[in-house]
Amino acid sequence: MKRVRFGVIVFPGSNCDHDAHHVAGAILGQEARFIWHKEGSIGDVDVVIVPGGFSYGDYLRCGAIARFSPVMQDVVRFAKRGGLVIGICNGFQILTEAALLPGVLLRNASLRFSCKDVQLRVERTDLPWTNRCTTGEVLRVPIAHGEGNFFAEAETIKRIEGNGQVLFRYAEPDGRLTEASNPNGSINNIAGIVNEQGNVLGLMPHPERASDPALGNTDGRKIFDSLVAAVLSTHAGALVAPAERN
Amino acid sequence: MHQFKPILRQDPPVTSELAKEHGLTAEEFERIHEILGRMPTYTELGIFSVMWSEHCSYKNSILMLKTLPREGGRLLVAAGEENAGLVDIGDGMAVAFKIESHNHPSAVEPYQGAATGVGGILRDIFSMGARPIAALNSLRFGTLEDPHTRYLFKRVVKGIGDYGNSFGVPTVAGEVYFEQCYARNPLVNAMAVGIVEHTGVAKAFAKGTGNSVMIVGSSTGRDGIHGATFASEEISEASEAKRPAVQVGDPFTEKLLLEATLEAIKTGCVVGVQDMGAAGITCSTSEMSAKGESGMIVDLAHVPLRESGMTAYEIMLSESQERMLFIVKKGHESDVNKIFDKWDLHAEVIGTVEHGRDLIVKVDGEVVANIPAETLVLGGGAPVYRRDAKEPEYLKETRSFDTASLKMPHDLTGELRRLLRHPSIASKRWVFEQYDSMVRTNSVVTSDGDAAIVRIKGSRKGLAVKTDCNGRYVYLNPRVGAQIAVAESARNVVCVGATPVAITNCLNFGNPYDPEVYWQFREAVIGIGEACRHFETPVTGGNVSFYNESPESAVYPTPVIGMLGILEDVEKAVSGRITNEGLEVLLLGPLSDDLGGSQYLTDRLGRPVGDCPLLDLNIERTVQQTVLEAIRAGFVAAAHDIADGGLAVALTEMLLSAPGLGISITLDLSPGMRMDGVLFGEAQSRILIAVAREHVEAIKALAKSKGTAVTKMGTVDATGEICVNGGVLRIRVEEARGIYEQAIPEMLKGEL
Repeated sequence: MKRVRFGVIVFPGSNCDHDAHHVAGAILGQEARFIWHKEGSIGDVDVVIVPGGFSYGDYLRCGAIARFSPVMQDVVRFAKRGGLVIGICNGFQILTEAALLPGVLLRNASLRFSCKDVQLRVERTDLPWTNRCTTGEVLRVPIAHGEGNFFAEAETIKRIEGNGQVLFRYAEPDGRLTEASNPNGSINNIAGIVNEQGNVLGLMPHPERASDPALGNTDGRKIFDSLVAAVLSTHAGALVAPAERN
Repeated sequence: MHQFKPILRQDPPVTSELAKEHGLTAEEFERIHEILGRMPTYTELGIFSVMWSEHCSYKNSILMLKTLPREGGRLLVAAGEENAGLVDIGDGMAVAFKIESHNHPSAVEPYQGAATGVGGILRDIFSMGARPIAALNSLRFGTLEDPHTRYLFKRVVKGIGDYGNSFGVPTVAGEVYFEQCYARNPLVNAMAVGIVEHTGVAKAFAKGTGNSVMIVGSSTGRDGIHGATFASEEISEASEAKRPAVQVGDPFTEKLLLEATLEAIKTGCVVGVQDMGAAGITCSTSEMSAKGESGMIVDLAHVPLRESGMTAYEIMLSESQERMLFIVKKGHESDVNKIFDKWDLHAEVIGTVEHGRDLIVKVDGEVVANIPAETLVLGGGAPVYRRDAKEPEYLKETRSFDTASLKMPHDLTGELRRLLRHPSIASKRWVFEQYDSMVRTNSVVTSDGDAAIVRIKGSRKGLAVKTDCNGRYVYLNPRVGAQIAVAESARNVVCVGATPVAITNCLNFGNPYDPEVYWQFREAVIGIGEACRHFETPVTGGNVSFYNESPESAVYPTPVIGMLGILEDVEKAVSGRITNEGLEVLLLGPLSDDLGGSQYLTDRLGRPVGDCPLLDLNIERTVQQTVLEAIRAGFVAAAHDIADGGLAVALTEMLLSAPGLGISITLDLSPGMRMDGVLFGEAQSRILIAVAREHVEAIKALAKSKGTAVTKMGTVDATGEICVNGGVLRIRVEEARGIYEQAIPEMLKGEL
């Protein structure tokens, strides 16, 4: 059986790299490999995961140094060709620094690091990331960040909202968007966005922490299951990569 | 490749006054003279002063520590032999774990003090070749009404969070108490737990003449010079001026050092590893040399420095963080270099392992220190003292209190509200949400359980961990109070379904030269030993922190216990939270109205009085065995021990997770029993369990066979209310949750 090839980028200071690898490999039964940040090429992979952690200690600014790592040149090339790239937490910050995604992630409104379960409302299901979800479905997934407060200028917000680029929003368990359900002050309760083509996703919550039944919550696995289904159907010719569609 | 070189300069003349300034007594200085057969050099004086400081030598505690059960069971190394304790968990795997204090640094620079406390204990774990999989902390502060305490509290929590979060270890459990006595001398104890294959354990010794001595990790600067000596004296007004003695941490470098160290150990070319914590190069070179029964020559000209003009004295005493000393097989230095280059870290050969037993320190070939290594270290030539002990005067007063003189309160519900609002009892959410408790995806139970559980990937096993100590109990009765710390930590581990197997301890006391303090210390160590023998949980190691006093008061004697438990099947784990109505709540252990040492009694009187709570080690053990067997049999939906705030608080806590739940309980008091004592007393050896109705009879039979008392409390309902005996105490769970959750945030309101 064809298996999806996941590549997990390892920067100095990445610390959720093993967690992502564990889900892709041991939990989903797909192929998972680590890609060292000094590599010039990501090699033959179907999906790139830019994992959470504190790349380069988050010194200067979260993700600001990691984007200059040799491997990121190839990740950008891969993304521009329509390759699937998911940035989780620090990975999301790196993708915005690398200009693969719009906006920035500011310090949490509380000015404190926050680690807890939050609820995410799924806004679209016609993308490779959420095809196993239903629109408006609410997933329980943990966050763990000090700088996850999504911000962009009004014009950019208008554009990404207009394009339907917001994939996840912080919500109440019943799906209502409230200030109380927003853990970090993000504009419009934005928790995760995609690029215009839909092949690059960045999100602050950690779906890889909610994928293993041994930990009592598998809501996050829906994102990985969606991904696997999307890649396998692409190989079967049923789904054209978004970039080629344009 | 490095920019900075050490300098040789005219050292100040070594005199007895200078020795005294270094914290050495006249007798100790005389002894140094005897050992060397000459006056020490300035650098040698510095080396002796840190190695013979309380912090490194344990000179006033080691005789008592030797009375603790330090081997047996699953222990793979005896206490004190390696950087941390090592416990066999089967399948060829072992757990390395240890707790350590960073109280004095945290008192003067709380953010860096706490951060480097975490960094130091993590290095102790991975220097053994173990990957850290969990961190815990045990904290004591003054009261939150005091702005200085709020500052210390917030900065300590942030320091712990920032370091552990960036490093990538989940901080899974801990405890925080607020008592006036810790106002100027907070306690910051950090614990770390790691796992390692038996075959991959690294030793902390120097062996093999000709092998290379390498310093790896960060460069060396002037930070932390005399940190060990600073930790060996009381906090005073002058302590503020010693802020430069506090080290500065860099968790990013530590993360790289972890990966590089584990990779290097795997190559098989690393003979020995020791972390550089207190007393930096001095401690690691002399201890590895002494333990390996080898000599060592190091030349400080090869140490990567981050500052110009550093002297040999400064380099030897620097406590710059994120460094390790490696002993590497001759000819394999480049293998280590390759790995450290990959991680962008220094790895420099600074010397060699030699014949003989002397530690020789040079700068560009010129000898600046030449000392028999053995004479510097604990177990070797370091001084050992037995101090005078005297039962403290205050005990006469506290013991004379008669509970009968305490009036029954008019409003028991009001008393419960007050207890739930007490920051030592209230939710610590404000604290633990600042810690990444989930990274590495092994955390099965964290804040909802009496102990935390991390699973071991690739097996069915889990580790349960918890720290415990109620300093007030130990203050009122050092021996039994210390037994309670062990008993409670074991009970907490049992409540999540694990078998307690071993402890690490962090003994926080005042000045040992005060006979009353030394008496507290002696009694507490005896109590720990008795309890550990009873539970068959040997002591794997730990740390002693003396001189925890501030100008206003001495701290409560606080021997913090870090307990390790094992679950053979992690799927059998239970939490302390009830999630369904219809469950029966049972009390295992005696119904008691003992008020001794309770938060309730202390608050009512404004000071701690009476004896510590009742503890019978035999009852404790049978209650724990009963609960453990019931959990293993699958009978238990939730388990929570009765601790701070007593039965009423424990019951409330169990109901806080699922909205809408309530319970109506009936307490059948024997004549003469006090209702406030039954509700708020903190008598030990009691566990509340929630069980499905069909298991009640089986539990009763099991308890009977063990001789454990069982009392039915009531049935979980959907009233959303806790009601005792038809209304002597009645509170909406929603209100209780609000008080419990908001207490600490409200006390900190408006401050960042």
